[in-house]
Amino acid sequence: MRARLTAGPLMADDLLIASGLYVSYGKPRPSVLARAPRLGVPVLHGVNLEVRKGETVGIVGESGSGKTTLGRTLIGLVRPTAGSIRFDGIDITTLDEPAMRPLRRRMQMIFQDPMSSLNPRHTIGRILTQPMRLHGLASDHASARGRARDILDRVGLAPSTMDCYSHELSGGQRQRVGIARAVVLRPDFVIADEIVSGLDVSTQAQVLRLLKELTSEMHLALAFISHDLSVIRSICDRVVVMQSGSIVEQGPCEQVFAAPRAAYTRMLLDAIPLPVLDPDWLMSGPAADQVVN
Amino acid sequence: MVEVSAARPEGSQATLGDTLRPPSIRTRLLGDRKVVAAGSFLLILIVAALAAPLIAPRDPLDQNLMLATLPPAGFAGAEPGYVLGTDDLGRDVLSRLIFGTRVSLTVAFIAAGLAALLGSWLGLVAGFLGEGIDSLISRLVDVWMAFPPVLLSILLVAVLGTGLHSVITAIVVIDWTRFCRVVRTETMAQARMDYVVAARALGFSRFAILLREILPNVMPVLIALITLEMGIAVVVEAILSFVGLSVSSDTPTWGGMIAAGRQSIHQAWWVLAAPLLALFATVVAFNQLGDGLARSLDPVLRR
Amino acid sequence: MSAARLSIDDLTAVSVRDGNRFMLRDVSLKIAIGEVHGIVGESGAGKSTIAKAILGIIPSQVKVTRGRIDFEGLDLLSLSSTALRAVLGRDIALIAQDPSTALNPARRIEAQLTDGLRLKRGLSSSEARMRAGTLLEDVQIRDPTQVLRSYPHQLSGGMRQRVLIAAAFALQPKLVIADEPTTALDVTVQKQILRLIRSLQERHGTSVLFVSHNLGVVAKICDRVSVLYMGKVMEQATTAELLTAPRHPYTKALLGATPRYDAPESGLQPIPPGLIAALRAEIAASDARPADRGSADG
Repeated sequence: MRARLTAGPLMADDLLIASGLYVSYGKPRPSVLARAPRLGVPVLHGVNLEVRKGETVGIVGESGSGKTTLGRTLIGLVRPTAGSIRFDGIDITTLDEPAMRPLRRRMQMIFQDPMSSLNPRHTIGRILTQPMRLHGLASDHASARGRARDILDRVGLAPSTMDCYSHELSGGQRQRVGIARAVVLRPDFVIADEIVSGLDVSTQAQVLRLLKELTSEMHLALAFISHDLSVIRSICDRVVVMQSGSIVEQGPCEQVFAAPRAAYTRMLLDAIPLPVLDPDWLMSGPAADQVVN
Repeated sequence: MVEVSAARPEGSQATLGDTLRPPSIRTRLLGDRKVVAAGSFLLILIVAALAAPLIAPRDPLDQNLMLATLPPAGFAGAEPGYVLGTDDLGRDVLSRLIFGTRVSLTVAFIAAGLAALLGSWLGLVAGFLGEGIDSLISRLVDVWMAFPPVLLSILLVAVLGTGLHSVITAIVVIDWTRFCRVVRTETMAQARMDYVVAARALGFSRFAILLREILPNVMPVLIALITLEMGIAVVVEAILSFVGLSVSSDTPTWGGMIAAGRQSIHQAWWVLAAPLLALFATVVAFNQLGDGLARSLDPVLRR
Repeated sequence: MSAARLSIDDLTAVSVRDGNRFMLRDVSLKIAIGEVHGIVGESGAGKSTIAKAILGIIPSQVKVTRGRIDFEGLDLLSLSSTALRAVLGRDIALIAQDPSTALNPARRIEAQLTDGLRLKRGLSSSEARMRAGTLLEDVQIRDPTQVLRSYPHQLSGGMRQRVLIAAAFALQPKLVIADEPTTALDVTVQKQILRLIRSLQERHGTSVLFVSHNLGVVAKICDRVSVLYMGKVMEQATTAELLTAPRHPYTKALLGATPRYDAPESGLQPIPPGLIAALRAEIAASDARPADRGSADG
């Protein structure tokens, strides 16, 4: 059972261990003017999280929960103000950019809005081949393009996509390209940040199925960030519930969903409108009655 | 397992596997009538400038007091061979106009190019690196823009002496700030995009990100601004040569022609009208071209 | 005539810019007095187009080619803009999707809330202010005076949506059009807002046209539902019927695609391409036969 909130000893198949993560945004004031440096806006308060190899962990929270920041911090895009992140035994919080570079190949990210995560002035082919060339995964241009076509085929896109620009594709197609880019380097760990939030249910279903297949084929560890608990239930092994920068509950999906312990988790579950007949749903439940600003 | 593309709502983008490839930039540009017209006009001007000695009917400096103030062809008293008439010294207006394009276009391309180079580079650095360097450069721009431009250009010309070099310098020194500001804003907007984050996650260096991710997206704005600046440079040169601060009065310039034409506006209105129209048409052409280029080069705006 | 608050008959619209592509195909539906009617469909199905047609704000490149929208005996489509303006705001109100763009960032809440009250009801500013305060209490805002003094950016998304709902119900309209009112909100806030809309609607006997792409939301707040695909109504039924015994294969496919945390094995079924192809063929065939296009399956 992994229903604990603090970091434990390194298990054999732990891929990523985050301990005591604190992240604040904004520039701290220089200590010339103040006795102690003023921190910026705190976003994560002491987060502990483990991800095992090949495991899919869902990170759920509403706006302001810090889930996106957590995702970016886990793959080293945001530097924590305190705490450590050990990826395959290496503490990445102490590494500088050149030292991080070889590790970057092993941890990738898929973004929510493929319109802004695919450079509109690059062809899809270029978006896929550039990273391969950078990390030396393809000896020349032709083989890079060949691999790109393979991965496009794997995610269900025609080879002619190579020469298209992102605005020529539909939302679902763009998201598939985002997935292709994330897995083309054969990483060990992928963060998916709200990747289906803007999609129709049918497209969402296709994209999620694809993701599930890929993660099991490639034995990928996946951190799936979403506000939608129903989606998380369907594809994740474990779930982590976040509120205001802290983890309020985590554990295997069956357990958390069947018997949520935190009040916030119960509120989240209750708030989800399921497509089932339930006349009492609307007027009952732990939602607050009055609201302040 | 290969999946067929999901059912997409109607009216969304062209299906992959459609036979049509996306139209190339050239096709788009050539399909835009305004761009074609503006581009052709500017091309004619460039040819005129380059081949002036060959295509001008007469020597622009050739004075002939016997044939002074001849009206343009089609008016009473016109002479064959002087299509746009002559000025009060008997010089052929058309030839002077053609030679005038040399000065105007030289200033346009060089001044706009240098201003763009200087301003954009600083703007890119400021926008991308942010923080300290950004504060420094932004402060510099603010202070610089506080100088009154007209006085500054006159001062520069006074110091450097009249001539094309000082006209160009004046334009670059004053207008680089425009490029810097615009490019900085655009760079900052680009730097926030997820594809920049994606590039970082993929391990690209900052320099590579600046060059390959950000710069191409800044280009449309930049190109539009450069063509705009060319139009401005032409006008500035005309103004400076109008007041006699540009090249020597021997070399025909549109501004100089306007100055001279002003004197004889009642007797020989064509001496003023011709360079004025040429100036107007050139600036309009630059603007239209810049507009069209920005639209065609930006794949997002292409929709 | 039946006691319908709003009756849409054979509404057909084309997009002129796209070569007269159909955006709506013979849409017919009736909303009874006091009924909450949901229009559910994926993006591009035409849900917003229906809402815009009722409000008379269809973009210029879209043209209505057939149909009637009957409201209180008037055909909204044939009203002059002056006549339509009289009806809107007073009898028909809109709750828009994005609370951050629906409110003017440069004006205080009080000004925006009292606009309609003073214009349509002729209230003085102090009367209108009091009424606005009451409205904010109705939408369960704890400190109405503070909110009235605020600018939109000082309020959270949920608060802004409550203000918009207050504005919509301010003149006690007969019909409220809610166009994806909770899509931009967190899920807990969404439930509060849905509950609010329902209680206000029940209290005033208002009919609601509720547009959403989310079957779950529609299932919880609507009495009857029309399922839209490519501008055509595929199925129309009470919510209970739709959820327990859906008839049209597209409805079943939509239900199958919706993820459910209580039944993770069902849900996330992609819509079969064969079904899409069949539906498209059927629609294309009926497009080509204008004469015998029937109304949707009732």
